[in-house]
Amino acid sequence: MFYIYCPYCGEHREEEEFHPKGEAHIARPADPESCSDEEWGDYLFFRTNPRGIHHEMWVHAVGCRKFFNITRNTATYAILETYRMGEQPSITDDTREPLEVAQTPTETTPADNLEGVRA
Amino acid sequence: MQRYSGFGLVKHALSHHENWQRQWRNPTPKKAYDVIIIGGGGHGLGTAYYLAKEFGIRNVAVIEKGWLGGGNTARNTTIVRSNYLWDEAAALYEHSLKLWEGLSQDINYNVMFSQRGVLNVGHTLQDMRDIQRRVNANRLNGVDSEVLDAKGVQELVPAMDCSQNARYPVMGASWQPRAGVARHDAVAWGFARAADAYGVDILQQTEVTGFKIRDGQIHGVHTNRGDIEAKTVGCVTAGNSGVMAKMAGLKMPMESHPLQALVSEPLKPVLDTVVMSNHVHGYISQSDKGDLVIGAGIDGYNGYGQRGSYPTVEHTLQAIVEMFPSFSRVRMNRQWGGIVDTCPDACPILSKTKVKGLYFNCGWGTGGFKATPGSAHVFASSLAKGEMHPIAAPFSIDRFNTGALIDEHGAAGVAH
Repeated sequence: MFYIYCPYCGEHREEEEFHPKGEAHIARPADPESCSDEEWGDYLFFRTNPRGIHHEMWVHAVGCRKFFNITRNTATYAILETYRMGEQPSITDDTREPLEVAQTPTETTPADNLEGVRA
Repeated sequence: MQRYSGFGLVKHALSHHENWQRQWRNPTPKKAYDVIIIGGGGHGLGTAYYLAKEFGIRNVAVIEKGWLGGGNTARNTTIVRSNYLWDEAAALYEHSLKLWEGLSQDINYNVMFSQRGVLNVGHTLQDMRDIQRRVNANRLNGVDSEVLDAKGVQELVPAMDCSQNARYPVMGASWQPRAGVARHDAVAWGFARAADAYGVDILQQTEVTGFKIRDGQIHGVHTNRGDIEAKTVGCVTAGNSGVMAKMAGLKMPMESHPLQALVSEPLKPVLDTVVMSNHVHGYISQSDKGDLVIGAGIDGYNGYGQRGSYPTVEHTLQAIVEMFPSFSRVRMNRQWGGIVDTCPDACPILSKTKVKGLYFNCGWGTGGFKATPGSAHVFASSLAKGEMHPIAAPFSIDRFNTGALIDEHGAAGVAH
């Protein structure tokens, strides 16, 4: 059971409020019409599926209903960080995985000051 | 190999069952084999068996990092059926079901295949339309299948709530009488014993740590017990296939998810068939021991941990209690998870790769157990001949680039 920090709500909430939405940081080809079948198929279907550090999108479905990103270890299930859409992860496969990393908020702005974060 | 028989059972009883032959050897790895199979589950051991028996290739190693059948072969809910919608999938699963029907005799091992039938229940008009379409497609493909109304379902499963009072009243079902369940461990052990009798080396506690690839051709594998050479390698590693593919420098169109199942305390016989519902989203059968075997959907996130989240278990049991209110006070005994490698079209990958001589049999997702003998048979043929078997050919990895997907989300339905 995950206890997930929503970077928009600024709160830890239970897993049932969220839905996983697959691998993050997959860029849609800039010009889909000129893609080869190979490129388009790779974009649509092929995934890294790592055993270890994985960057993935989640949606706070019954909270603020916003998408955000999680860096998570798929073997231990430890959540290493959560961060907003458009941001880059601070923990990657190249950085050594810290043993105990709390789900630190990436933004310290109180949720109240953010526009459109309340459910 | 000592053959098992009723007479043998009596004979061994006289010596207090202390003189049974070991079921398979525990050999040290040779330097080289004709074929290496990575993964000692049902599909991998079956592949080795059919390679030896049907294609005369007996210099084969099965490499398993843990123990035999310790992955999804031991973690599934043992349902066997073949009522898939599309021609390609129906051919594959029906090929498998036909092999199931003679498997115990074939490998001289009681896999306890019990053709108790499978019901796929419909609760909405759209469910019923889909069921009718699928049943018609099945019959055109020679797969036994029929449509039942609610009364027919109630007659088959008296314990199920088929009344109008249910939250999602049962409107009917598809019924495949030849479908059923089998004993999962026996499938792995039976194939292992039969393959071993042909001289196949089964190497347990042997982990593949890398592939030897030179000039785009496979030359063997690195393991924790030294290098092993082979010009043909079949990778049958289910949930770990993504990791294996990465070792070979390949990318796969699939993701690994936890899939959970659970069994209850043993009950007196109450359910003599298999009931699956896509809409309420759960499925249930009763084992010969008496426990209810229950499962439903995958956990949505990627995971290699062989465990999932409790909310998924809760949803599963809600669905079962919705269909069987009388089970609401049955206590659950055990719960576990496996890693399933799911493909975008809910169909497996049986394919050559860019590396010559390296084949993958993976992506079975939530429904690989039912396909064990069929998958093993067509994969063995492909490895032996160097050309994909006609039944396996449509399941090439290329389909994700050509667009020739085989969309079985309807028939795969609730995970099983």
